[in-house]
Amino acid sequence: MTFPLFAPAEDPGPSFVALLARLGMDRPGSDLGPAASQGLDGIAHGTTVLAIRFADGVVMAGDRRATSGHLISHRSIEKVFPADSGSGVAIAGAAGPAMEMVRLFQLQLEHYEKVEGSPLSLEGKANQLTLMLRSHLPVAMMGLPVVPLFAGYDKQQRRGRLFQFDITGGRYEEQDHAATGSGSLHATTVMKLRFNDDLDADSALDLAVEALFQAADEDSATGGPDMVRGIFPVLATITSSGFERLPDEDVASRTSVFLDRLSGGAR
Amino acid sequence: MTVPMYVSPEQVMKDRADYARKGIARGRASVASTYSDGVLLCAENPSKTLRKVSEIYDRIGFMGVGKYNEFDQLRIAGVRHADLKGYSYSRADVDARWLANQYAQILGQYFTHEMKPLEVEMLIAEMGTEPDGDRLFHLLYDGTVMDTTSYVVIGGEADVIRERMEASWAVGADLQTALRLAVGALAGPDRNLVPDDLEVAVLARDNGRRAFLRLEGEALATLLG
Repeated sequence: MTFPLFAPAEDPGPSFVALLARLGMDRPGSDLGPAASQGLDGIAHGTTVLAIRFADGVVMAGDRRATSGHLISHRSIEKVFPADSGSGVAIAGAAGPAMEMVRLFQLQLEHYEKVEGSPLSLEGKANQLTLMLRSHLPVAMMGLPVVPLFAGYDKQQRRGRLFQFDITGGRYEEQDHAATGSGSLHATTVMKLRFNDDLDADSALDLAVEALFQAADEDSATGGPDMVRGIFPVLATITSSGFERLPDEDVASRTSVFLDRLSGGAR
Repeated sequence: MTVPMYVSPEQVMKDRADYARKGIARGRASVASTYSDGVLLCAENPSKTLRKVSEIYDRIGFMGVGKYNEFDQLRIAGVRHADLKGYSYSRADVDARWLANQYAQILGQYFTHEMKPLEVEMLIAEMGTEPDGDRLFHLLYDGTVMDTTSYVVIGGEADVIRERMEASWAVGADLQTALRLAVGALAGPDRNLVPDDLEVAVLARDNGRRAFLRLEGEALATLLG
């Protein structure tokens, strides 16, 4: 590995992706050719993730299941990650490229912050993800799509903001809630009915638990709470004090309260 | 026919060294010191935007004095190198020793082969998981590397400041003691440095993955007392 010292005219600037390109280390994939689309059935796909805005920030949540066709390939993968200290990214789609994209995205934000001495704006971070998705498009068209959600606390506007994306890099800012992945339709219905402008962190978290449960109830690719193995959805809050993932015990107790309420209502 | 003038290699090296030293001595000094919970990086720097102290990686910090554009270019190369290595291998594989060696190669190369040597003196600090894992790498303009586990002074009037540090530095001091000692040594008996004159950061063991933290404003004023 040579020491990355560049002449001023060849300097890649604060972008880590540009640095990789300059050194010829960019991600392989776009040159896979049509052969790559053969035999993709066995590749793991992540399913439902969502984000809900509340008074002081955003809640992000995701189920834990990855599927390969009709099979469950992983029961406890994670799809919600901190992007940096003040924002988070959640992914649905082909698990391998998605994880890689998250890793590169996290590094891109950190690299920018270190080289420039100050972090990107929230909007700037969302645009970085757009650029990554756009360069991933050829691979997505071969059958390996990645569809992320991005959410964070905007320190300039002092509120939580959330962004939805499509495989072309299209960026859509949502005001209240967003979901992506195979169970997103059902999760969205729940969020749409239950959302109101005065949600606090607690009720937003409970709403996320309910939305994911209903998505899992209707969609076979979305995993519900697994009481036997003690596997619960990943829940995180992003506020002015940063990204914070909830401990599993907290999610477990929210889930049991919700399940009690549900079975009580059915009786 | 003109006869090329002969200059002895000793003279060439001496001239280059003098040139670099003069450039470095013009700037204000900086002090790095280990303390009980990490590494303290303290620079006399009235500018709030042109940084002398920076973050390289999770547990690695950087301090430079001399010509700003030169050490800043090296700093950015260090960040790039560390991020590339962490991306290609793993975050745990990024270490300060490798980085210090790379810097030494570059500085040595400039010193002997380029038109002018780099007028910089740098410090690479690495915080260990335990106090005895802390390392300070001190790099000179000619590529000389020295490593220590106590403290390093770089920049103008370094000798005097080093003597002041030597007089009171002790292993295992807390942050406040270490900071006051460093600021006192930088200031000397006749001056008083206030938070606005200083750029201070720590690599703190209790600060999570990215250990680098700037101490500014209120927090710094409280510590200085």
